[in-house]
Amino acid sequence: MTDDALPVGERRQLAPPTDDSGALGWARRNLFSSWGNGVTTVVLIAAIAWILTWLLEWALFTANFTATAGSECRGQGACWALIREKFRYIFFGSFPYEQHWRPLFAVIAMLAMLVLSADRRMWNWRLLVIWGVGSFVTFLLMFGQLHIPLTLFLVVALVVGGVGVGMRKGIARAGEMNTYRALAAVGLVGLALRVAGILPAWSLAIAPLSFVETSLWGGLPVTMILATYGLVFAFPYGILLALGRRSNLPLIKGLCVGFIELIRGVPLISLLIMASVMLPLFLPSGTTIDKFLRAQVAVILFAGAYIAEVIRGGLQSLPKGQFEAADAMALNYAQKTLLIILPQALRVVIPPLINTFIGFFKDTSLVLIIGIFDFLNTANQALVDPNWAGFPGEVYLFAAFVYFIFCFSMSRYSKYLELELNKGTRR
Amino acid sequence: MAARAARDLSDVTSVIQLRGVNKWFGQFHVLSDINLDVKEGEKIVICGPSGSGKSTLIRCINRLEEHQRGDIVVHGVTLSNDVKNIEAIRREVGMVFQSFNLFPHLTILDNLTLAPIWVKKTPKKDAEEIAMSLLNRVRIPEQALKYPGQLSGGQQQRVAIARALCMRPKIMLFDEPTSALAPEMVKEVLDVMIELAREGMTMICVTHEMGFARAVADRVIFMDRGEIVEQNEPEEFFANPRNERTKLFLGQILHH
Repeated sequence: MTDDALPVGERRQLAPPTDDSGALGWARRNLFSSWGNGVTTVVLIAAIAWILTWLLEWALFTANFTATAGSECRGQGACWALIREKFRYIFFGSFPYEQHWRPLFAVIAMLAMLVLSADRRMWNWRLLVIWGVGSFVTFLLMFGQLHIPLTLFLVVALVVGGVGVGMRKGIARAGEMNTYRALAAVGLVGLALRVAGILPAWSLAIAPLSFVETSLWGGLPVTMILATYGLVFAFPYGILLALGRRSNLPLIKGLCVGFIELIRGVPLISLLIMASVMLPLFLPSGTTIDKFLRAQVAVILFAGAYIAEVIRGGLQSLPKGQFEAADAMALNYAQKTLLIILPQALRVVIPPLINTFIGFFKDTSLVLIIGIFDFLNTANQALVDPNWAGFPGEVYLFAAFVYFIFCFSMSRYSKYLELELNKGTRR
Repeated sequence: MAARAARDLSDVTSVIQLRGVNKWFGQFHVLSDINLDVKEGEKIVICGPSGSGKSTLIRCINRLEEHQRGDIVVHGVTLSNDVKNIEAIRREVGMVFQSFNLFPHLTILDNLTLAPIWVKKTPKKDAEEIAMSLLNRVRIPEQALKYPGQLSGGQQQRVAIARALCMRPKIMLFDEPTSALAPEMVKEVLDVMIELAREGMTMICVTHEMGFARAVADRVIFMDRGEIVEQNEPEEFFANPRNERTKLFLGQILHH
């Protein structure tokens, strides 16, 4: 073969060398490449095999799945019968037993909401619909009855109208703009009348089911609500804090820095205790705020401070030129932030952000301190039954397994998101 | 060449006026008493050693840097802290940076249409048409749907020029547009800039490309230590530099 047949400037490309040594060759290269490596491999395989046999023996072969009381389980392997007996309590806590389908479907609704919003193609107006419907279903199932106050409708009208007027100005057609203006006007006038006391405190009642108060909620839905809504509210709040911390206005900057440092400086437990014990002391007598809501707010505040610091890292990682290019194009602050800065900054911080999310998902278990029955707490309570005393390992393993499924899913999703968002943008 | 350089600009209106502009970075006096008039359609090349304040000077014109004393008037608008004024000026002034500063998370087309759509409220379709015609002009329409990271440096800089032109600016500022480029890509960018100059755009270029200065500049300005040391028509500037500092500088960059 000569290179004569090739056009000028082309070079004959050789195929890369192929590997035909098979599995044995792979093992030789990777596991037994030297005496030291060979010994390490053998020792580790032996150790893994020993642990695995022991675990399988305990968890499967000698395990008891059918006992009706703890006494029947003694002297054997794992007592999974306990989980079988208690799983409904562990998952749903003290929610009225015959109504357990409600928290079950609430969990399914939340999972569906999360899975749907994980898909990047949904990241537009659909996201609002998904979360609106999902949240409505979740809370309707959990509470059984919802009373939506007129004020909320007015606030929503004002916000939608205001944002529409602000964001779509000059882009939308006259009809669309008029709708926004009308919405904003209705919201504003309505709120003014409401404050003045001319409009009555009317609320829309949707009550297809029996009312179940939050003190009866328990188990997985509690953990999921605390974590999901905690993070959903903490995320935009954290973004605002991070942006505020970089603000040129000393007052805003000072407030944000002060808040972040203050919240980061105290343990979550102390914040929860403050929310549950001290806050009621400061409220005028007669007003009560639901304990669950107080814990939720504490989680949001706490998570917000941490998320803010993660996002600040992303903001600082952006080259100055990105800000300057946006400025030079006459983009205003909001446009620059929403179109140029945040999309890039958030991409950079996906791994640490998901890390924070995973941390907070697990940290919600601290609410057991103030007597809220989250998933770990209901698992804990399942151990109290004297009929089933003495099998904490099984219950905690089971709880750990459920937590693991959630956290591992988030971890995988983080990986997917990084790849998905960096499609085509990498060099 | 001599005939072109002799073009009379004396009765053309000034679009940029700098009067006694001073700026400090901390204690460092980076611009001292800068006076400069730029006429409509004029092409100015600013050169000088690094740290001489030439980049800072043009960055003051669109308020990427704030000057502390003196007046800058662009198209009749005096720069002040008023955001309205600053944005009005930035709409008229396009800028091209040394490091391109394309938005890596947006496609080339989106990079170009972003400002027209959001700042000028141009309908998306029209903005895309303008963008494609400009990409044609800088000769890379086939890259429209790629991301900046997939393009070579020269291509990225041409996109950056097209992006600035999308806003239909009256004035273009170039901040060392070829300094970050591999040598074989300098020409493709300069060609685009020369073409733009021939079409009559008002341009201020900070650059050390003396060939470019000779080809299109109406005036070459030499800056050193925050001052305008010397300015002249390119022929005269290169042939008979008057100031010692200019001679030294030209000797350093032309003796290769």
